[in-house]
Amino acid sequence: MATAPALHVIDRVDFDALLGALAGRGYSLVGPSVRDGAIVYDEIAVATDLPVGLTDEQDGGHYRLVARDDRALFGYAVGPQSFKRYQLPAEVTLWSARVDERGGLTEIEEPATRPPRYAFIGARSCELHAMGILDRVLLGGAHPDPADRARREDVFIVAVQCGQAGGTCFCVSMGTGPVADRGFDLALTEIVDDQRHHFIVEVGTERGAGVLAGVPHRPATKEDREEAAAVHARTASQMGRELDTTQIKELLYRNLEHPRWEQVAERCLTCGNCTMVCPTCFCTTVEDVTDLAGTQVDRVQRWDSCFTVDYSGTHGGAVRGSARSRYRQWMTHKLATWYDQFDSSGCVGCGRCITWCPVGIDLTEEARAIRDSERGTDADA
Amino acid sequence: MRTLEDVVAGAPLLAGLSRSHLGLIAGCGRNQRVDGGIYLLREGEPADRFFLIREGAVALEIHSPGRGAIIIETLHPGEMVGWSWLFAPYRWQLDGRTVEPTALVAFDGACLRGKCEADHELGYQLMSRFAANLVQRLQATRLQLLDVYGNDRALR
Amino acid sequence: MVPEPFVVVDRRRDTADTCTLQLEPCAGAPLRFSPGQFTMLSAGGAGEVPISISGDPDRPERLVHTVRAVGLATAAICGGSPGARLGVRGPFGGPWPVAGIEGADVVVAAGGIGLAPLRPAILWLLARRERFGRLVLLYGGRAPDQLLYRDELGAWSERGLEAHVTVDSAGPEWLGHVGVVTRLVHRAGLDPARTVVMSCGPEVMMRFTVSALTECGVPRERIYASMERNMQCGIGHCGHCQLGPTLICRDGPVYRWSELEPWLAIREL
Repeated sequence: MATAPALHVIDRVDFDALLGALAGRGYSLVGPSVRDGAIVYDEIAVATDLPVGLTDEQDGGHYRLVARDDRALFGYAVGPQSFKRYQLPAEVTLWSARVDERGGLTEIEEPATRPPRYAFIGARSCELHAMGILDRVLLGGAHPDPADRARREDVFIVAVQCGQAGGTCFCVSMGTGPVADRGFDLALTEIVDDQRHHFIVEVGTERGAGVLAGVPHRPATKEDREEAAAVHARTASQMGRELDTTQIKELLYRNLEHPRWEQVAERCLTCGNCTMVCPTCFCTTVEDVTDLAGTQVDRVQRWDSCFTVDYSGTHGGAVRGSARSRYRQWMTHKLATWYDQFDSSGCVGCGRCITWCPVGIDLTEEARAIRDSERGTDADA
Repeated sequence: MRTLEDVVAGAPLLAGLSRSHLGLIAGCGRNQRVDGGIYLLREGEPADRFFLIREGAVALEIHSPGRGAIIIETLHPGEMVGWSWLFAPYRWQLDGRTVEPTALVAFDGACLRGKCEADHELGYQLMSRFAANLVQRLQATRLQLLDVYGNDRALR
Repeated sequence: MVPEPFVVVDRRRDTADTCTLQLEPCAGAPLRFSPGQFTMLSAGGAGEVPISISGDPDRPERLVHTVRAVGLATAAICGGSPGARLGVRGPFGGPWPVAGIEGADVVVAAGGIGLAPLRPAILWLLARRERFGRLVLLYGGRAPDQLLYRDELGAWSERGLEAHVTVDSAGPEWLGHVGVVTRLVHRAGLDPARTVVMSCGPEVMMRFTVSALTECGVPRERIYASMERNMQCGIGHCGHCQLGPTLICRDGPVYRWSELEPWLAIREL
């Protein structure tokens, strides 16, 4: 029988002390903030750098920030960015070398700079699962890159248990939330109403306990614990989407030539937004960047997307030329072949791909259409 | 000592024919030995014969000005050379040249066509076997047409 | 993820667009490999490409690669004369199943440059000739001047390899077979109960060759093929080489045909 973890309470007025304690230990704080009408991850220093008193309205192809009637610090779901950008940066120089007069490579060296020590403030359960999934891809194989490992070591995580579900969230379907139960140093549940504003804190690691010790806090009461549980339950009941994952790998493997793919291809622009916002999409490409004289070369790794025609290009041409084949590749990789490749689903139910698709394509709807057509209940199939 | 009928019976293309049909076919054939480099068939000429290769090899060629003769297929022991004798206008569509000294059974195509007219069962049996052979050769030719080695398989 | 510097010690032109390079490490031990594995080769500033190792696995002192120049990187690699330095990462990928098939008749079915990744398997098998039944090579190329390793075929035959070579078309001076490699399958007189096949070549050629093999009764579980897709990292990180549920650089490039077949049947997978 598991004992419930010890919980503590930090008042809103002491929140900056928490951030200060982390900064004092040399961490670079990264958390949500508002830019260009969306909540993105950026460097933060104090609580007022966060999207205070804002919430988000999300649906297929729709995202708006709207004022709340309170001053919650974390009163929204996730925005277009994920912490993937720190774990697998959009652009990385793998090595540099000199090129001699015969085109030969000499003095091949890795970059000397180390990544900063980050503290992620406000990571949601879905994001913690996504980080774990990326760890399996990048570090779980036969050739882990020490640079990828360095980016994961020593990251301090202050998770936030979602106080409301987003309009496109379906973490409950994927078993990835809304409550984070591991993978964090500290996890906060925000309680805010007319009279009170505080955070119920769960400690995840000794390191987390050490930081908490330097911040004013008090033990949580039984009422605090129940209140936190109520918030979690309320969030779980608000999911904007649902995905039936029963044998979903087998379902999609049986239906690789289903007419639904043609139908979604008529809508899909192959813009690749979904791959850019998805917290688990990991595809990258490499390029050699030389100086004008051609004497110095950097091997640069960049995010790539399976939606580009070039992505599947062999010398004979692209294997996936049609939009249909590229959408099918993305969705079946995310929901099906990922199981065979990396022993888990690739999807954490964050809903970003639905929100940020310019035409509002919803993979939960696509999966449902295919599943329903087998039961003979989808008139379109 | 193998008779001509034994040799004809052993041809894979004619497998399963009745003894009497094999006898009819063998009756239109005779043994022939040819040096290497001899043209058995020439494009455009009357196709009144066809051949079963016993030993050696025959190259099927198409001649084109500027490129000369191009071998597009080689045929080997057990295989039949020629089917234009069975279809109007009964003219060869390419050249056939022995690559090396070759032993053949040469069949009189006009004679065998006459026997097929008289015995439709024989005609049906021969037609279906030649048709099956044509299907195999057509598929092989299509693969050659793809020129798969030309533009594919770069990165090894 | 950082390439090791190797130097070109020998370069030979095989055909108009293909050359064979022999490399030695600038420092450190030679690269040991199993037949069927590949490395990622870098030329200065021109990019990096996956190239099968085509050398003798029992003689790893020289790293041998047969490269066809079809793009910027391969042209730069092919242009590397003795003394030029290339970057090498690897070896990567899983090998041909040469271990564990003792007593079998082994058929190597190659098309075009597909013979290059099979050459290490041929050499390995010939060095242990007495452990196997028949060793048969079925090799198809576009034209006589585009066949690889022609000067070695005689030596391989003497060591017990039955070599059957065919081309798609030829001039009259060619005395060998003309026709697709599938025709060689039917003529080889294989005993399906004892036969194991290792195949590499354009995917279309492999599909048709396997079709001919299965018509002769060879089971799909004993036919192995080396697959290719756009490969960029070689280590299962970049996602490009996916073929359905498999990552070719990590789970392949050698696969049993029985595992591959359902995925190859899906167009544009």
